[in-house]
Amino acid sequence: MKLHVRINGEARELEIAPGAVLGDVLRQLGLTGTKMGCREGHCGSCMVLVNGKPMNSCLLLAAKVEGAEITTIEGLGDVRNPHPIQEAFVEAGAVQCGFCTPGMIISTKALLDNEPHPSLERVREALSGNLCRCTGYAKIFDAVRIAEHKLAKASGNGKSTRRPHRP
Amino acid sequence: MTKTAGTKKTSARPEPNAARETRVVGKPVPKVDGLSLATGRAKFTADEIPPHCLVGMLLLSPHAHAKIKSIDTSEAEKLPGVRAILHHGNVPRIAHTTAGQGFPEPSPWDTFMFDNKVRYVGDRVAAVAAETRDIALQALKLIRVEYEPLPAVFDFEEALKPGAPIIHDEPDITSFLPFDPKRNLAAWAKADVGDIEKGLAEADVVVEGEFETHYYAHAPIEPHVTLTYLDPDGRLVIRTSTQVPFHCRRIVAQTLGIPVRQIRVIKPRLGGGFGGKQEILLEDVCAMLTLRTGRPVLMELNRAQEFTSSRTRHPMRMWAKMGVKKNGEVTAIDFRGILNTGAYGSHGLTVLTNVGSKCLGLLRCPNVRFDGKTVYTNLPVGGAYRGYGATQGMMALGQLIDEAARAIGMDPVEFCLRNHIRAGETHPIFRALGEGREGVDMTIASCGLAECIRLGAERFGWKQRRGKGASMPGPIKRGAGMVILMQGSSIPEIDMAAAIVKLNDDGSVNLYSGATDLGTGADTILAQIVAETLHIPVSDVILTVADTDNSPFDTGAYASSTTYLSGEAARRAAVDLLENMRQVAAEALDVSPEKLDVGEKCFYVHGNPRKTISYEALARRALYSRNQQQLVGHASAISHVSPPPFAAHFCEVEVDTETGVVRVVKYVAAVDCGVPINPKLAEGQTEGAVLNSIGAALMEEYLFNDDGRMLNPTFNYYKLFTPGETPLVETILVPTHEPTGPYGAKSVSEISTNGPLPAIANAIYDAVGVRLRKAPYTPERVLEALEAKRKAEHS
Ligand code: FES
Ligand code: FES
Repeated sequence: MKLHVRINGEARELEIAPGAVLGDVLRQLGLTGTKMGCREGHCGSCMVLVNGKPMNSCLLLAAKVEGAEITTIEGLGDVRNPHPIQEAFVEAGAVQCGFCTPGMIISTKALLDNEPHPSLERVREALSGNLCRCTGYAKIFDAVRIAEHKLAKASGNGKSTRRPHRP
Repeated sequence: MTKTAGTKKTSARPEPNAARETRVVGKPVPKVDGLSLATGRAKFTADEIPPHCLVGMLLLSPHAHAKIKSIDTSEAEKLPGVRAILHHGNVPRIAHTTAGQGFPEPSPWDTFMFDNKVRYVGDRVAAVAAETRDIALQALKLIRVEYEPLPAVFDFEEALKPGAPIIHDEPDITSFLPFDPKRNLAAWAKADVGDIEKGLAEADVVVEGEFETHYYAHAPIEPHVTLTYLDPDGRLVIRTSTQVPFHCRRIVAQTLGIPVRQIRVIKPRLGGGFGGKQEILLEDVCAMLTLRTGRPVLMELNRAQEFTSSRTRHPMRMWAKMGVKKNGEVTAIDFRGILNTGAYGSHGLTVLTNVGSKCLGLLRCPNVRFDGKTVYTNLPVGGAYRGYGATQGMMALGQLIDEAARAIGMDPVEFCLRNHIRAGETHPIFRALGEGREGVDMTIASCGLAECIRLGAERFGWKQRRGKGASMPGPIKRGAGMVILMQGSSIPEIDMAAAIVKLNDDGSVNLYSGATDLGTGADTILAQIVAETLHIPVSDVILTVADTDNSPFDTGAYASSTTYLSGEAARRAAVDLLENMRQVAAEALDVSPEKLDVGEKCFYVHGNPRKTISYEALARRALYSRNQQQLVGHASAISHVSPPPFAAHFCEVEVDTETGVVRVVKYVAAVDCGVPINPKLAEGQTEGAVLNSIGAALMEEYLFNDDGRMLNPTFNYYKLFTPGETPLVETILVPTHEPTGPYGAKSVSEISTNGPLPAIANAIYDAVGVRLRKAPYTPERVLEALEAKRKAEHS
């Protein structure tokens, strides 16, 4: 069947199997920053933004996102032009193996888009669907704080934090 | 001259490992792979799948113990899209161990790719390669296996009784170490120093108890995953999530019966290992499927299989006794234990000996006895797990220390300060217990434990918290506990690491190393060490690592060896290159080499900083004009000692006496890891290790039914801490300078895993006066213990 979506800003028409989950569809497109840690909806490593909302792409049928706007970790930035949240995670030492990191960053993005200055309690809540086995989370919370400041500074400068999407 | 690793040659100017000012070592340099990971661009094993790749899947045993009477694959073979099926009837029968250890492995060769018998629920029965996941899954359902169930044994002690079912009765298994499979004994180890009876007799007080640690999982977020394919020359390439690329190559060659030269192992980015990937689990089967089909094959454990069929923490039942005098002197420690290795003996001996060597040497005590056995049971298989025996041993010993201190009315902080091993001292247990051979006598060269204890106690507020929360009004009580720890850095006289550094046109370098970064930051640490040694920025170090075709040998990422040993190899290789560069610089500047000093990316003449040659200029000279040559440095490092890092952990808990729920409210870990090459990464290692074990102490546990089947192989019922409820750990790094380590470094990754089990138990006792000798400390166990205490008080 056909699926029409915007992925990282680009309109796509895709041929998918009816039972395919979004995560597999994205990975087959080469967007492998979306990880699959459990395929059971418990770890958050497969998280992407669907119309701005963080969702686990391992259980989500691709057919269900017809017409949606999907943002994956690749859509935020790349090594030469990283998103401030991506920079913040590196600066804070919040990346160890990095397998949970894309999902963590997606959750952080969703949070900070809606609440530019969340309390620690809100950060904990917002990231609750993302498991990390390496860091002990302390540095991930630091990263969210650093990202908050970076984004506030950027918007204070009138600079957009929206990254241009590249094909 | 300190006793350090051997090197292929002594350089003209051996750079002593003395403490000195550093530019990039000791700094929180961002991870070299940080941005590629954070942007989702870094490639893990499953992220680069070649075209026409098949999906490999395992058929696992539903029985804890059974003979396979027959396997009928005819229906499955008929299914379109099925390309190969493997089982015991059609693969070579070669006894080996899955433990990725040095050769010869000190684990019994008790495993076959597939066997005609299954020994636990989750054991391998067969494998399928098919065009798609769905076809593979369907094919698994069509394989008809006839089992003859056998009596199974699940308890440590039952397994040792005469008449217990024999789990390994096959004649073709071997071990060069103590091994008696007819009695379900996978290994044993004993050590006796001093006179234990005399020591116990001299004591004013003897404390003792039975303790038990449990089955729990590494649970890396990336499960075990392997991709195999044939390169254009027909060589087998294994791209895999492994901590041990070189052992993987050797063991796969052995199990497939093909030469090592036919195999290349590549470790891409790796999503966490914690010891669980120091194991050859999927690689042999996946490779065999590729050899049979000529096609690429991807195999990945699903989350349930990751729990049941990878590796776990070896559970241990321990009986420990400690004698102390009223003044706090420890006169005797008697330690007996049975380690449960499950159905196969992977790491069964060495985890056992580490229980002794990493715990019993921590205290000054002349009389020590260790008596350990490793038993087979029909349960999931133990393996290497961060902490490696020390976690189990400290769960018991850390509680005994608390009990002993209480028994003589001494604060455990004082007790630990009085008794811990110090720099300049040794302990006979180091020699008595090795890893498959005799241990190594070792004098402690650096020890910051006293500082760790003092600084940790102060930051934690030990005086304000200890003994203060038991009388809180209401059902919730608070308590504080502490523990001291040590680990090692590499396996002495066994581990080896090598490195090559090559100079490029522009003065940058390539570092070739077999070190295996499993997310720990090893690549960054190595780059920092090379950058420091050569006086170049970290960005000038280009890494080629963990690829058996393109990296020199390294035993791999285990035994807390990477920073200490692979780091030392990298440092020496860089020194070697620097000296070769110095010769060229001297030629170019027409001075003798000793007259040259090293500046930022240049050499200059001592006392005449304007007479200088940049690395770029000297590289170009060497590559293109005079006395042409490729400038390289290379070195190997082995260790003669295993310098322990030390730590003191402090923990405060809240115990709800009505529900039994224990909550960690404060946790401080003070760690001496020598010079932390990268403090931010060292903190990260500590925080992750502590949280891993707080989870193990409070909630992570395999639950089995009466048939040995795990009931909770999903994150839904096997809970890890989430960001929502996680306690936060405070880390204090207490630097010392380890003369045998690169820039004074020791290890950091494992030690802090060992703290939470005893520290939390001690804190619970402080809060409510009950001792939890069986982990995890779940609400049911806490309530049970409180009930027992109430009854005892009323009778
Ligand atoms: S892979 Fe989707 S939640 Fe784990
Ligand atoms: S960094 Fe490894 S799981 Fe989070």
